[in-house]
Amino acid sequence: MTAGTAAAVRVDTATPRSAVPWAWATIAVLAVCLYLGRAAAPWAVTFPEEWTLPAQAWVSRFVKWLYEDASLGLFTFQELTRAISWVLQWPLEAAKSLLSGGFVRGMGQQAVLIWPPLSWVGAIGVVTVMSLYARDWRLGLLVCGCFLYIAVFGQWHSAMITLSSIVIAVPLGVAGGLLLGILAFRHPMFERAITPIMDLMQTVPVFAYLVPILVLFGFNPVAAMIATIIYALPPMVRNTTLALRRVPTEIVEFGRMAGCSRGQLTWRVMVPAARGGLMIGVNQVIMLSLNMVIIASMIGAGGLGRDVLTALRSLNFGAGLEASIAITLLAIALDRLSQAYAARPPSAQSPGESRPRWRRHPHLLAATAVVAASWLLGWLIPAVQQYPEELQVTTGPLINETMKWLNVNFFDLIEALKAWVLLNFMVPIKRLFVALPWAAVVAALAYAGWRLGRWRLALLVAALAGFIAVTGQWEKAMQTLYLCGLATLLACALGIPVGILAARHERLNRVVQVIIDTLQTLPAFAYLMPVVMLFRVGDFTAMLAVIAYAIVFPVRYTIFGIRQIDPTLVEAAVASGCTRRQLLWKVQLPLAFPEIMLGVNQTILMALSMLVITALVGTRELGQEVYIALAKADVGRGVVAGVCIAFMAIIADRLIQPWVAARKHRLGIA
Amino acid sequence: MADPASRDADHPVRGTRAVKLACRGLWKVFGTSADRFQAMLPGTPSAADLHGAGLIAAVRNVEFAIHEGEIFVIMGLSGSGKSTLVRCLSRLVEPSAGQVLFDGRDLLKATETELIEIRRHKMGMVFQNFALLPHLTVLGNVAFPLEVQGVERQAREARAREMIELVGLKGRESCYPRELSGGQQQRVGIARSLAVKPDIWFLDEPFSALDPLIRREMQDEFLRIQSVLKKTIAFITHDFDEAIRLADRIAIMKDGEIIQIGTPEQLITHPATAYVSEFTRDIPRAKVLSVRALMRAPDERVEYAGQVRAEARVASVARQIVESPQPHAVVDGSSAIVGMIDRQQVIDLLVRQDGGQERPK
Ligand SMILES: Nc1ncnc2c1ncn2[C@@H]1O[C@H](COP(=O)(O)OP(=O)(O)O)[C@@H](O)[C@H]1O
Ligand SMILES: [Mg+2]
Repeated sequence: MTAGTAAAVRVDTATPRSAVPWAWATIAVLAVCLYLGRAAAPWAVTFPEEWTLPAQAWVSRFVKWLYEDASLGLFTFQELTRAISWVLQWPLEAAKSLLSGGFVRGMGQQAVLIWPPLSWVGAIGVVTVMSLYARDWRLGLLVCGCFLYIAVFGQWHSAMITLSSIVIAVPLGVAGGLLLGILAFRHPMFERAITPIMDLMQTVPVFAYLVPILVLFGFNPVAAMIATIIYALPPMVRNTTLALRRVPTEIVEFGRMAGCSRGQLTWRVMVPAARGGLMIGVNQVIMLSLNMVIIASMIGAGGLGRDVLTALRSLNFGAGLEASIAITLLAIALDRLSQAYAARPPSAQSPGESRPRWRRHPHLLAATAVVAASWLLGWLIPAVQQYPEELQVTTGPLINETMKWLNVNFFDLIEALKAWVLLNFMVPIKRLFVALPWAAVVAALAYAGWRLGRWRLALLVAALAGFIAVTGQWEKAMQTLYLCGLATLLACALGIPVGILAARHERLNRVVQVIIDTLQTLPAFAYLMPVVMLFRVGDFTAMLAVIAYAIVFPVRYTIFGIRQIDPTLVEAAVASGCTRRQLLWKVQLPLAFPEIMLGVNQTILMALSMLVITALVGTRELGQEVYIALAKADVGRGVVAGVCIAFMAIIADRLIQPWVAARKHRLGIA
Repeated sequence: MADPASRDADHPVRGTRAVKLACRGLWKVFGTSADRFQAMLPGTPSAADLHGAGLIAAVRNVEFAIHEGEIFVIMGLSGSGKSTLVRCLSRLVEPSAGQVLFDGRDLLKATETELIEIRRHKMGMVFQNFALLPHLTVLGNVAFPLEVQGVERQAREARAREMIELVGLKGRESCYPRELSGGQQQRVGIARSLAVKPDIWFLDEPFSALDPLIRREMQDEFLRIQSVLKKTIAFITHDFDEAIRLADRIAIMKDGEIIQIGTPEQLITHPATAYVSEFTRDIPRAKVLSVRALMRAPDERVEYAGQVRAEARVASVARQIVESPQPHAVVDGSSAIVGMIDRQQVIDLLVRQDGGQERPK
């Protein structure tokens, strides 16, 4: 990063500023010429098919070989994957029995229930006690309310299946991330090795590695859990190294002076001292695992995710919306609970330390009592064990009726709106993007790379873009770019003004913060359902869903960008007689601009990841490729398309980051 | 620069007590090309030489010896290399060259396991920002060094309680660090560093993060504890007043080098350089100088108003001397008269200080 900054600063002084617009103009003219002369040199406009490499076939063949023939000395790769599945299956089954199915003996029809699952009363009791322990009765009410909704709306069974895979995936993800993070902290070589892999994993859409996992581990809950863990792991690794690095030097020195061995220093001193940072990682693992719920159901996870997916496929909006809301509430409850645990200071033990052990842990005692009581009552009163069906409420039919009514009465209006936007706005832009000569696009990207980071960045960007062309994904990539670009543009056009307003008005800011905090806890899929209900399938729907999902980022970064400006600068401007308007345009926006661009960067990344999800509603871009590949278990197709999406994200990231750094440097706020 | 032995020549405890910790030709240079420094040895490369090689010398050719039971204060402005020096003494920072002799044994030759043993049983350290473990109670923090050694719970908690009582925090055992004030936190730091009964006690600016009033209180507390335990101490500070108050001897450090080592009195009466006299200028001399430093030769014809001890600080006997027109006799430990002192001498000393005017010599 610093190298990039230095290079960028050098470029600024080396290239006369007046030459820059000329360079861009030349590239634009080149693009037009190539397009007009496409009869003479068609290869420069549309990437010729005979130049493409059969990368898809290679990947497919490699995975097939891995699965069928690869041997790791003592055992084959297949045996390894089976062993992993077998090991992970046990805790998963146990959690599922405990929370939803109960412990049974025998199979199928002859199965005998030997121990019932935790009853709904017991489960709600336990989470409420946990919230009381972690914070206060207000959190208790919130969490209790979330779970009650799930019970009342008949989502209990599915929700508990989902929860059982979460309670196993999260500790595994946290432990794995912690260990890798500690390794990376201790061995810079290891860190250098895993950082690019982590970067790629965070940008490759989940779908892309769902396909290999599907092939290697099969279609079952364990495979889904493995995908979840892989997806949720990288932030934990990052947070761990970051948190360990932030432990004050003096604390580490104290540990060494106390004569700690390496292990003691890590586990007794550094990890506890880094608790705050680590807990942020844990929270992220939980949220990402919940984000995966629906996607994981594509390779065999049951529960709420599968309910949503089925509903989406059969356009049963009522059921889909209820399950979506249940996932959202689960996410909110677990998020708030884990944050409360993270913020919970170790409490002073009350003076009476001579009290018996059981009285020192009143919450543990209460939870045990709740479980025992609910279990006993469960035997006597079935309604305690299982939420009675006759008391269940469902809004499904109501929603379906409303939809029907909306469609009958407003169909024309909605369709007209959609058609108008599509015809006048989206389709022309799409045509333009697809018509762009690939050679000119690569040239433009390379030039931007050269300006910002000289040859290294130019080569990197050109190579990544070239990969997309060479693997025959160019047209799909352009469609991706069009959808993602439009969505980003609109999200920023809406989000940045909101951010500016919020940053300047404290009252509004408080409201906006609550809203964006809530929006950020929602799993990506939750945004799809309502949009599909209104606008059916297609690019328009996809774009709206992406905007809804990504708008949080321009808002958040704009607020942050304006708020982090040194207050003395603002005071100086006010003192020298700036009006509020001048203050905004002459001081706040220019200084916040780098930060806002980081928000744009984040928006692009989020839009790309969301596009893969919107493939469900029938777009025609790279996301759709991955989705089709998943349905056909075509590893090569899925991986190549996924990597192409990742490369697009990396191109955007690598171009925007040094630009921001250079800009900050020029403003003297680096 | 004179050799260290001659500089401590007239120190009271030297000769009677053994050297506990000494360092010879100690260097610490930071920078990527440390091997280029090795090529410059032996010899004393100048700061410019090192800078040319892309190196920063934080500790430059340092020599001193700390005697058993002595409070040895290392004083210097921020960035002068004090923290680096004290960390070299315990090898928290790996010295680039030289020797650190602990009980006559070169620490730099100790293996990692030996070093862990030495730190576990023989060294204690107090940090500027306390460095308490946030997840442990006061009791847990103080017992931590013992826990690491594998001491039984009962034994280590008993010892920890003893230490907590010593620093005056009894009743606070189950508090967490964030529930304590800065001064209380540093008391915990002190208790913790003493829990293992260390032979040598390092304190790196232990009171610098505290308010002036609390700082004074802590200094008194520190002297009280030292009067009970009589540890060998390396105490770092950037505050010359603090150094004067606490030190048996002070080493003044500048740009990684030690400029002068001596008792507070020696630094005031015989500053080695202008830099040292700059520090000592605003120090109330009467509080530092002993009667011995001020007295004149005895005169048998004079009638003495009374007796004062030669080792007493002038400030502590000033009133007695000034109130009498007659001079006082100065006596040593065996009550023999070694000199005399009169009111004019004391007044001159006090006035020069407060009036801020140097008297022409
Ligand atoms: N880890 C390090 N890397 C490079 N330079 C350092 C390091 N630690 C200290 N220094 C440099 O060594 C000099 C002495 O620092 P330090 O020992 O902390 O001084 P003091 O404690 O007297 O304030 C300073 O110039 C500092 O910048
Ligand atoms: Mg220091």
